[in-house]
Amino acid sequence: MPLVKDGAEIANDWSFVPDGAVLPDAGKVSVSLGRFLALKQGQENGPLPDGVRLGPEDDPAALESYLPELSLIEIDFPRYTDGRGYSQAQLLRRRFGYAGELRAVGHVLRDQIFYMHRSGIDAYETRRAGLSQVLEALAEFTEAYQPAASGPAAVFRKRHGA
Amino acid sequence: MYRYDQFDAQIVRERVAQFRGQVTRRLSGELLEDEFKPLRLQNGVYLQLHAYMLRIAIPYGQLSPRQLRRLAEIARDYDKGYGHFTTRQNIQFNWVALKDIPDVLEKLAEVEMHAIQTSGNCIRNTTTDHYAGAAQDEVLDPRAWCEIIRQWSTFHPEFAFLPRKFKIAVTAAEHDRAAIRVHDVGLHIRRQGGETGFEVHVGGGQGRTPHIAALVNPFVPEARILDYLEAIMRVYNRYGRRDNKYKARIKILVSELGEAEYIRQVEEEFAAQRPDEKIDLPAEEIARIHAYFAPPPLGAKPEVSNRFEAAKAADPVFARWARVNLHPHKTPGYASVTVSLKPLGVAPGDATDTQMEVVADLAEKYGYGDIRVSHAQNLILPHIALDDLPAVHAALDAAGLGAANESRITDMIVCPGLDFCNLANARSIPVALEVQKLFADPAYEEDIGKLHINVSGCINACGHHHVGHIGILGVDRKGEEFYQILLGGRADEKAALGEIVGPGLKADDVPGAIHRVVEFYRARRTSPAEKFIDTLERLGHQPFQEALYAAG
Repeated sequence: MPLVKDGAEIANDWSFVPDGAVLPDAGKVSVSLGRFLALKQGQENGPLPDGVRLGPEDDPAALESYLPELSLIEIDFPRYTDGRGYSQAQLLRRRFGYAGELRAVGHVLRDQIFYMHRSGIDAYETRRAGLSQVLEALAEFTEAYQPAASGPAAVFRKRHGA
Repeated sequence: MYRYDQFDAQIVRERVAQFRGQVTRRLSGELLEDEFKPLRLQNGVYLQLHAYMLRIAIPYGQLSPRQLRRLAEIARDYDKGYGHFTTRQNIQFNWVALKDIPDVLEKLAEVEMHAIQTSGNCIRNTTTDHYAGAAQDEVLDPRAWCEIIRQWSTFHPEFAFLPRKFKIAVTAAEHDRAAIRVHDVGLHIRRQGGETGFEVHVGGGQGRTPHIAALVNPFVPEARILDYLEAIMRVYNRYGRRDNKYKARIKILVSELGEAEYIRQVEEEFAAQRPDEKIDLPAEEIARIHAYFAPPPLGAKPEVSNRFEAAKAADPVFARWARVNLHPHKTPGYASVTVSLKPLGVAPGDATDTQMEVVADLAEKYGYGDIRVSHAQNLILPHIALDDLPAVHAALDAAGLGAANESRITDMIVCPGLDFCNLANARSIPVALEVQKLFADPAYEEDIGKLHINVSGCINACGHHHVGHIGILGVDRKGEEFYQILLGGRADEKAALGEIVGPGLKADDVPGAIHRVVEFYRARRTSPAEKFIDTLERLGHQPFQEALYAAG
C-alpha cells in the first residue's frame, strides 16, 4: 500500500502492534489509544511507543496532554464513508495543536485526500492511489470557502485582503 | 441576487473538472461502482429505475431568467424536454446519460450553477421562504444568510461524510413557509434589541421516524452562527449513529440523547472553540453578501391599480387566479405571483422547456429578473406590479401555467413514486392525479379553501405526507399497492405530524375517501373562512375518520 507524504512516496518504517501482541523494545511502533493510555498510566508494563492509532470512536481529547511526546498519530478510516476521522484530525490540529505526523490509514481512496489534507492529515497510506494520483487529488481545488486545519486561506478572508 | 466572483467561479470550474475525471475513471473501470457512488451522489447523480438522474442545485430556490433558460436548454438537449422541480427547491432531470453529465455541469457553470452536494451524506441545498425579499412579515431578507451558509457548507472538509444527509432551512418571517421545524437544522432569523440573530431548531425531519425539531438555542448572534453550526455538525459527525442508515439522521441522535443532553453537548463544543478555530466572518463579508440582495428598484405605485381592478371585473377566470395565486408584497402596488406547476393531469412539479422559457421571459419583462422555486414545487415571480398582472396571467395561461390553485387541494406535493424511484413501494403520481380530477372544478376548489394534500410513495416521505393537512402514504402489501391516509399534519410555525387514521385503502378508493372528508369539512365549518386544518383541530380527528371510511 503506497504511503505518500510531503509530495513524495516514502517507505513505511512504522508498524502497528495490535492489542495483545508483544511490543518490540525499540523501533517505530504505534498502538491503539486504549493500549497507549494503559501503558502511560501504568496498567500495562512495557516500552512506551511514540505512535498511536485512533479508531473512529476514540476521543482525541484523551491524548491532549501526551501530544508533545508523540511523533505519529494514525487515523483509521475503516470505511471510506465513515467521516469521523475528519473531526478527529481537525481537533488534533486546531484545538490541541498537535504538530507531528497525522496519517490516514484504512480505506483511503484518492477522492478523500483533498478533504483529509484540509482537515490536517499530512500522510496518506492509500489502498491503491500512487504518488501521481495523490498529487492530482491535492491540486483539484485552489480555493476553499471555510477555514480548516490546512490548505488555502478561506475565500471570505481573501476577499477582504487577508 | 448573488453573483459569483472570481473565487466562486474558480471553485465551480474546478468541480466540473474533478467530476469529469471521476466519470472518466468510472467509465474506464478504475473506480469501482461502490467507490464512485458517494462521489456521484455528492454531485447529484442517482441511479434510478430507468436511467441516471441529475439533481441540480438551485440555492434557496433563487433563479435568474438566464439560469432558467439554461435549464430549459438542458431539458431539451439532454432530457425529454422537461424537468422536475423538487421539494428542496432544486430541479431534477430523469433521463440524462452519465457520459453527458460533465458537459451539462459545464453549461451550468457558465450560468453560475452546479450540482454540488445535492445528494449524499453531506450538507444539502439550504432552503428558505419562497417569498423572501418580498414578504410583508419578514424581519429581513433571509437569502443573504442562505448564501453565507451555502458557501460555508460547500466542500466543508470535515462534514463531507456525515452519518446521513443534512438539510438546513431558514426563515425570517413569523409565518413559516420554509418548514424549518421538519429540517435537520431550522433557523429562524430574529431581531433582538437592534441585533440580528438566529433561533436554532435541531432534529426535525420526516422519513420513517418523523420528528418536530427541538429548540436548541433561542438566539445565536449572527456573527457566531457559523461557529454554532460547526458545533452542531461536529457533535453529529462524531456521535450520530452509523450502524443503521435508518437511525443515522440527527433527529435520532437528539431523541436518543434527550434534548437536554444534546443541547449540553452542542453548547460544550461551542464553548470549547479556541479563538483561532472560530470562523469569525468579517462584517465586510456579511455586508458584501447582503448587498446582492438589495430590494429591486420597484417604482412607487398606488395601492389600488385601476387596470388590475378592471381586468378582474371583466374576466372571472383572471379574478379567481388573482384571488388564489397572489401573495401580498411589502411594497404597495405589487404582488408575488405563484406560477402553478400543478395543472390537472401533469406530474406535480414538472415543467417543459418552453414553459420554463415563458416564465424566464415574464420575469425579465415584468419581474425584475427574479424567479423562485417553492418547496411546494411551484415557481414564484416575487415582484410583479398589479398593473402587469393581466398580461402576466394571459401569458401563463397560454403556456398551460394558469392554474389557480396555490395552497389549494390540487396543489399537491407529490414524490416521483414507483413510476421513477427505486425506493418507492407504490405509485404516487397516478393517485394524486385521480384525486385532482375530483376537485377539477375551480369554483368548487376555491370554495374548499386552503388545504394541503401531500403524497409519498414510501415511508421515506419525500412527498412530505407527515405534514400535509391530509397525507397519503403508499405502501406495498403482498404485491398490492395500498394507501394510508393521515390527518392533521402541518409544516408551518404550528408544525405537527399527521396521524394515520386507520387501515390503508386501495388506490381506487382514495379519491372517494378524500372527497368524503372534504365534504364533511364543508358541512361542519363555521364559515368558509374557517380552514380545513382549523375545523379539524376544533372537532378532532374522530368524525373525519368516520367520514373517511363511510363508504356504503
